[in-house]
Amino acid sequence: MNDMRFTERNVDSTEIKIRAKNVDVFYGETHAIKGVDVDIPEKTVTAFIGPSGCGKSTFLRCLNRMNDTIDTCRVTGDIKLDDEDIYDKRVDPVQLRAKVGMVFQKPNPFPKSIYDNVAYGPRIHGLAGNKAELDQIVEKSLRRAALWGEVKDRLDAPGTGLSGGQQQRLCIARAVATEPEVLLMDEPCSALDPIATAQVEELIDELRARYSVVIVTHSMQQAARVSQKTAFFHLGELVEFGETGAIFTKPEDPRTESYITGRIG
Amino acid sequence: MPLLWLLLLILAIAGVGYLLGRNRALSSAGGEIRKLHSLPSYYGYNGALVTAVPAIIFMMIWLLIQPILIENRTVILIPDDAIAEDSTRDLVMSDVRRIAEGLDRLIAEGALSATEIGDLRTETTDIREMLGEVGVALGAEVQPAVLNAALSYRALRATSSMWMTICVIGVAVLGLAMAVTRTNATFRARNSVEAVILTLLMLASTLAILTTLGIVLSMLFEARNFFNQYPWQDFFFGLTWAPSFSGRGGGSELGIIPLLWGTLYVSLIALLVAVPIGLFAAIYLSEYAGPKMRAFAKPLIEILAGIPTIVYGLFALITVGPLLRDYFAEPFGLGNGSSSVMTAGVVMGIMLIPFVSSLSDDIINAVPQSLRDGSFGLGATHSETIRQVVIPAALPGIVGAVLLAASRAIGETMIVVLGAGAAAKLDLNPFEAMTTVTVKIVSQLTGDTDFSSPETLVAFALGLTLFAITLGLNILALYIVRKYREQYE
Repeated sequence: MNDMRFTERNVDSTEIKIRAKNVDVFYGETHAIKGVDVDIPEKTVTAFIGPSGCGKSTFLRCLNRMNDTIDTCRVTGDIKLDDEDIYDKRVDPVQLRAKVGMVFQKPNPFPKSIYDNVAYGPRIHGLAGNKAELDQIVEKSLRRAALWGEVKDRLDAPGTGLSGGQQQRLCIARAVATEPEVLLMDEPCSALDPIATAQVEELIDELRARYSVVIVTHSMQQAARVSQKTAFFHLGELVEFGETGAIFTKPEDPRTESYITGRIG
Repeated sequence: MPLLWLLLLILAIAGVGYLLGRNRALSSAGGEIRKLHSLPSYYGYNGALVTAVPAIIFMMIWLLIQPILIENRTVILIPDDAIAEDSTRDLVMSDVRRIAEGLDRLIAEGALSATEIGDLRTETTDIREMLGEVGVALGAEVQPAVLNAALSYRALRATSSMWMTICVIGVAVLGLAMAVTRTNATFRARNSVEAVILTLLMLASTLAILTTLGIVLSMLFEARNFFNQYPWQDFFFGLTWAPSFSGRGGGSELGIIPLLWGTLYVSLIALLVAVPIGLFAAIYLSEYAGPKMRAFAKPLIEILAGIPTIVYGLFALITVGPLLRDYFAEPFGLGNGSSSVMTAGVVMGIMLIPFVSSLSDDIINAVPQSLRDGSFGLGATHSETIRQVVIPAALPGIVGAVLLAASRAIGETMIVVLGAGAAAKLDLNPFEAMTTVTVKIVSQLTGDTDFSSPETLVAFALGLTLFAITLGLNILALYIVRKYREQYE
């Protein structure tokens, strides 16, 4: 664990962006998430760690109602975004997902040009009044995803032709272009090599200035490097949630200690 | 020995080869299977294959060559004066074969013995009447030279088939001996069986290609005969299709343009019906329908593909045709016949729906879920996701499905005959009767046909043109699929 370099631990904001209370998730008969309470602060990177199958990705997908696309999935409890219940009947999940963007485990660029990939969200939501504005949004998003320099001369090339790391940054640019308030990342680096991982991690730290970022990761080093707050999930339960430094240096729960020292998971 | 018995005998020897190979391998390893290179059954298969395959191939070659050789040796027995003025050597030879066959039947029925046949003379016996009694009708009295030729034909055939039996059995036994002597514990029987299987599979694929080639060549030869009698400019650019039915030839106008126009017009309407309905059905089934609905609706749509086209034709004739005439054509003053391009096109479109929907459904299902998730994650609705992500990703496959449906539409015959009629016409009005290339191929080849007149031979030129068009469509489909695949993967 000596190779962990902790980023600054100052949580800039104390404002809570997402407040989850007593959340249970069922897949048919399977009880995947059991009574989870989490408060995700604004302008902070929150990491979800835990062994495979512990429910961290499932919980992440509850935050933008991606689980709605799975027929057998049922969510109970209370998840509030800015004090508004996102599972309320009046909330349109489609609108919600525009506010809570998502980046997936495997890079999944659309079979379109790089430009069209980034412009996809803004076009759907009518964020640009004309072509020039759209061009601006695309450039800004690609710059924020640290991809502009590499692709600015070939915006018409297919997004699928980029390398894995570039594809993932393209997906981040695509999510950023929709101007979300929260960015959910489901193991964004698990398909990437170490160099691309370092680039994406650096990017996540920069994104913190504008968004609340929630990242699911298998790598504890990664959680330590990029996050300010960490939640440890085990067997569908939230075991421990707190400042990243505290979780990794003096965990309160014995299960957390076992996991970060490599005895379970 | 009849062919069937010979085949059974070869198989029996192969069975012996199986047992011998297996046992010899086992005994050479002292009964321990682990010491063998391959499983015992592989040694058995090796023995059987090495016995049977060369023998059967040898037999097939013999059977191909035998008739040619016998024919050549018999034909010289017929003197020129035995050939009547209005006859040819080929016709006499076919008489020779029929007489030989008739004599075989006589022996089989016990009317004559083998020795009596050698003593037959045209002067003493009425051979024509005798053969007539066993169902072999001859056109004229049998001449002595022809009878002689027939007798020698029979004799040669008997000798040849006896030698074939001996040689084939010899080859089989030789193979058996070779297989058995080669078999020991280190012999790689598994690999040799593998090689035989590979050859078998290769043979199957080659056969398919060769058949296609054969079809094209036979069409080419007949089409060349046609173009020798009819100028190709008039065929490809002629605007009138009016074959003369007198049978004497001459005065026919055989321009393909009206037929091609009818074909393309009917196909276009069929695709206009089939592509949107099929594609939308596929989208509904793969994206929106629940598993229960899907399990119920998909087979139901595919039933459409199982209905014989003649039944669709009847549907066009008695239901769709009158309906379109009464509610569209007549009120709008577009026509008053129930046979129309529209009728055939609409019914053909219904027939094509399952082709488009079934294939597109599979292709849409193959689009990775991660792409849909990515789009949903950006706040797109379901139909936005389908329109902007799923369909573009599935496009190459969908284009392939559409072009496949187009090939079907161009080749369809029955629906057109019953729905659009058989009158070749160049017209823009979709409520006029028109006809297609395939219908005309059928009508030129049915009935009393003379295979030397351009009116009949034109069918082959039409067929060849149609083949070229569908081939072009298929190549285009492949090209499109490849092009987009490069871009998308």
